Amino acid sequence: MSSQEIPEENLPEEQGAAHDAVDKAHADPFADPGLPAHKPRIQDLDERAAKRSERTVATMFLLSMLATVGFIASYVIFPVDKIVFIFPFGHVSALNFSLGLTLGLALFLIGAGAVHWARTLMSDVEVADERHPIEATPEVKAKVLADFADGARESALGRRKLIRNTMFGALALVPLSGVVLLRDLGPLPEKKLRKTLWAKGKQLVNMNTMEPLRPEDVVVGSLTFAMPEGLEEHDEDFQTQIAKAALMIIRIEPDDIKDKREREWAHEGIVAFSKICTHVGCPISLYEQQTHHVLCPCHQSTFDLSDGARVIFGPAGHSLPQLRIGVNSEGNLEALGDFEEPVGPAFWERG
Amino acid sequence: MKKLSARRRHPLAAVVVLLLALAATGGLYAAFAPASKAQADDTAQSLAIDEGKKLYSVGCASCHGTGGQGTTDGPQLVGVGSAAVDFQVGTGRMPAQQPGAQVPKKKVIYSQAEIDQLAAYVASLGAGPVVPTKSQVSPEGADIAKGGDLFRTNCAQCHNFTGKGGALTNGKYAPDLDGVSEKHIYEAMLTGPQSMPSFPDSTMPEKQKRDIIAYVKTVNGSEAESPGGLSLGGLGPVSEGLFGWIFGLGGLIAVAIWVAAHTAKAKKS
Amino acid sequence: MSTATNTPGAAAPGNRKAPAGERVADWADGRLGIYSLAKSNMRKIFPDHWSFMLGEICLYSFIIIILTGVYLTLFFHPSMNEVVYHGPYEPMQGIRMSEAYASTLDISFDVRGGLLVRQIHHWAAVIFLAGMFVHMFRVFFTGAYRKPREINWLFGFLLFVLGMFTGFTGYSLPDDLLSGTGVRFTQGAILSMPVVGTYISMFLFGGEFPGGDIIARFYSIHILLLPGIMLGLVVGHLILVFYHKHTQFAGPGKTNNNVVGMPLLPVYMAKAGGFFFLVFGFIAIIAAIASINPIWALGPYRPDQVSTGAQPDWYMGFAEGFVRVMPGWEINLWGHTLVLGVLIPLVLFGVILGLLALWPFIESWITGDKREHHILDKPRNAPTRTALGVAWVTIYFVMLIGGGNDIWATHFSLSLNSISWFVRVAFFVGPVVAFVVTRRICLGLQRRDKEKVLHGRESGLIKRLPHGEFVEVHEPLSPEMLHTLTAHEQYKPLEIGPTVDENGVERKVSRITKVRARLSKGLYGESSQIPKPTAEEYKEITSGHGHH
Repeated sequence: MSSQEIPEENLPEEQGAAHDAVDKAHADPFADPGLPAHKPRIQDLDERAAKRSERTVATMFLLSMLATVGFIASYVIFPVDKIVFIFPFGHVSALNFSLGLTLGLALFLIGAGAVHWARTLMSDVEVADERHPIEATPEVKAKVLADFADGARESALGRRKLIRNTMFGALALVPLSGVVLLRDLGPLPEKKLRKTLWAKGKQLVNMNTMEPLRPEDVVVGSLTFAMPEGLEEHDEDFQTQIAKAALMIIRIEPDDIKDKREREWAHEGIVAFSKICTHVGCPISLYEQQTHHVLCPCHQSTFDLSDGARVIFGPAGHSLPQLRIGVNSEGNLEALGDFEEPVGPAFWERG
Repeated sequence: MKKLSARRRHPLAAVVVLLLALAATGGLYAAFAPASKAQADDTAQSLAIDEGKKLYSVGCASCHGTGGQGTTDGPQLVGVGSAAVDFQVGTGRMPAQQPGAQVPKKKVIYSQAEIDQLAAYVASLGAGPVVPTKSQVSPEGADIAKGGDLFRTNCAQCHNFTGKGGALTNGKYAPDLDGVSEKHIYEAMLTGPQSMPSFPDSTMPEKQKRDIIAYVKTVNGSEAESPGGLSLGGLGPVSEGLFGWIFGLGGLIAVAIWVAAHTAKAKKS
Repeated sequence: MSTATNTPGAAAPGNRKAPAGERVADWADGRLGIYSLAKSNMRKIFPDHWSFMLGEICLYSFIIIILTGVYLTLFFHPSMNEVVYHGPYEPMQGIRMSEAYASTLDISFDVRGGLLVRQIHHWAAVIFLAGMFVHMFRVFFTGAYRKPREINWLFGFLLFVLGMFTGFTGYSLPDDLLSGTGVRFTQGAILSMPVVGTYISMFLFGGEFPGGDIIARFYSIHILLLPGIMLGLVVGHLILVFYHKHTQFAGPGKTNNNVVGMPLLPVYMAKAGGFFFLVFGFIAIIAAIASINPIWALGPYRPDQVSTGAQPDWYMGFAEGFVRVMPGWEINLWGHTLVLGVLIPLVLFGVILGLLALWPFIESWITGDKREHHILDKPRNAPTRTALGVAWVTIYFVMLIGGGNDIWATHFSLSLNSISWFVRVAFFVGPVVAFVVTRRICLGLQRRDKEKVLHGRESGLIKRLPHGEFVEVHEPLSPEMLHTLTAHEQYKPLEIGPTVDENGVERKVSRITKVRARLSKGLYGESSQIPKPTAEEYKEITSGHGHH
């Protein structure tokens, strides 16, 4: 976009008018009448009023001092765990409340005093200050350009292309070291997102009781959360493992299961779905037992657990993965393998 | 009664109590219990069932069927147990007023005695979870912190961190737990009313339910501590953001208007 | 004063001993040249208007955040090492948590005043972002971003965006269940990026989610990297404000070549300095009475736990809304997954914010106006710009509703799903309606201004004419008002002119010029502004009154 393209008439007409505003002043009813004359405040005329303002300001500063004393006193007096009932705030910490109020008042009163002082006692005469164009004058500009040309010529950067090119090359390469150093921020993804702790024969451990779940424990309409046996809360990688392995166990009358594969992978209607939402990974578990719908509290993706956990609402792109389960010789529920697809949010390599 | 309540902590309590309830109408019960007491219980029980049946046929049968078999307007009640009746009627949800996404909590219209009779009648229709005793629901001596952990695993996803409630699909919701009695919280976990799944003793033992109740009673309700000041509904960033915009920024703009305003000019006298 | 400046301190003849303050100033001047600096700045003029103080609210809350933030770092442990809590807060006794969470509990319950400082820090952050938003739109709607202030607009925009991310990383630091859920969302969103998503996720988190590094990494980003950049931008922003001098609204005596107001010393210094204390005090009082982010009620983060009402702080709600109402589109092809359901919201988030950043350049390209602008527009006098701004704000707030759809659902007894559908529709319809309505309102106000200029102000006095007709007396406006209401500029739409020149040769008009002409017509065409009254019209009507 070059300035030549702009037709003159595109610019506001005001521009031309502004120049000869002076001679047209009589003719133009809209001409700028200039800054209105200053009108005095009562404080400018009446020394008693000014004195009153002075006293008000000083009182505010004094009260601020008192508030600071109050702050220190509160800090010393109130134990940190003292809870008091203050209407309408509720059962609040006496310390937080008193410290906050005294600090707030101490600060606010300084501000209020200063502003009142400025508003009532300092001069309120409005002054006009000239503006100067930001752009340099043509002479300055010419001088700078000439200086730059001199410098550029003296550096011989334009003439000695070899220096110029190798310098640019070196400068372009050197940041690479910094990028390379970032490599050890973390491992490569590899197949990490595809595997969980679940494997054939791992029992389903009830996350409430930390005992293996038995089929008879799980009744229709109930909701239970399970993790793989062997995982302990105090394990170093507990958080990372449970982030993928968390399981949601429900029981549906086998006849009510609409999806054939779901029924096959269930044990007598007990189905195990990943608790990790396939949208962005929130632990989804707002299970509505009458409809077998499960809702994610983060972005409201809704899945139908009686129909292969397919998405029926919201931003999730695919069903919740199901874990194939059975019963081992001790009569406990066990996994018959890992999830067949990656749990949690989709990613580029998921496929 | 102590002996009985101790037994009720057993995972199979529901079955046992069911057996006891059945036995009340049959002769079998007499063989296990002291005769005189059994006689009294027996009569009281059957009396309650009779009274309950009368109440049932007036207030409930139109939707749930004359024998609790259910109709298109209401689910079957055979096997829901006395706990379900005590919860639904005791919180005013039943009798339902009008159809909607969810039956809301209302003013309770039956007395506790009538509710007990209704519960006895429904329990007589088929085995189901039983109304808990006082000691079963008492938060006394429970582990509040453990309850908090359990609450965040099992309950917070619908009821929010401190039980303030939350939205479910299509207009359904998990209600605020403020003011809900210990007994009713317990019964809700046991029976899973409406959309809520149940948390039976087999997967969440009675002790854990008490822990949860203790936690809810600590962090929810008008007596709950909010050290930082107004809890703003305990809803998190949405209410905090609104407060910050309206009172925080709004207040500061009001201050700014004062700071920038022209001071009053003296009137010409 | 002038004698002292003219006399070099070192060589000062002993005829007069300057006061101590002056001697210190002399000392500094000899090394820093402060007198020359003060000459142009000490009595610098600042115009008074409440909306010019919005930026100050932001500046002061930023300073408050830095002050309180430094205090918090003294007690906070940015570590994800697991500890078992044994502090005073009973509902967490014996619970396993990260050190970050435990130290935040300690700040709240063990350190006297720690809770207050935490709350001041967080409230100030909420207000900082809200203040920047309102400040930015004050600048937008009054056209204060025009030359020479485009770069400062960009600085401000960057501050807003960086503020969002600084806020986000800060709110994640306590490692509580709510913020951890937000971090999980971030990780899921990163995964959705084609090709590089999994790599960025692994590098950012030091492995799989959540790993043991993210809190420490967010910590250095939150307290060093982002605030460092922001501090630089704030300083640059302020230097430019000083350098450009403040804009002002049109009015008597106010021209494009002057600035009317009070001098920095003393009035503005007292007002601005006082306002810092007012802002700090006000936020401290809010922190005393209202709880924010009570992390003790939320519990430590566990990737398998969650609570309903999982929202980010308000300034991220815009992104949250997009993510919530987006349909779950996912494309699987050739062994790869394109997660449009997450990717599109991320892109829209960037694009919609970016439009705002680019607007000054778009507008100046359309107008072709290369002049400096120091007189502010009244929003009504730039109807299309105002309407576009309101449309943008509408999208923003519609998405905020989407981001809190579950809370609106429970508190207004609505269906979550209906709200999501409403937001989906409103995303498209809302800005259009807002645009049309706002423009009409602006044009209506322009008409009213014109009416007022030409026929005077309605006085409320009813006069009965000799033949019985009742008329309201219109008082003519003062010259000040007449000037103020007509001082604004009106652009004429760009005309391409005839496509054939006078010799009958076809004139080439580039497509870009055509687009510009069309946009220019949209902005300044007949339907986009009411021609302001001319002096001739005014004279004709006022002289006509005499004949009446």
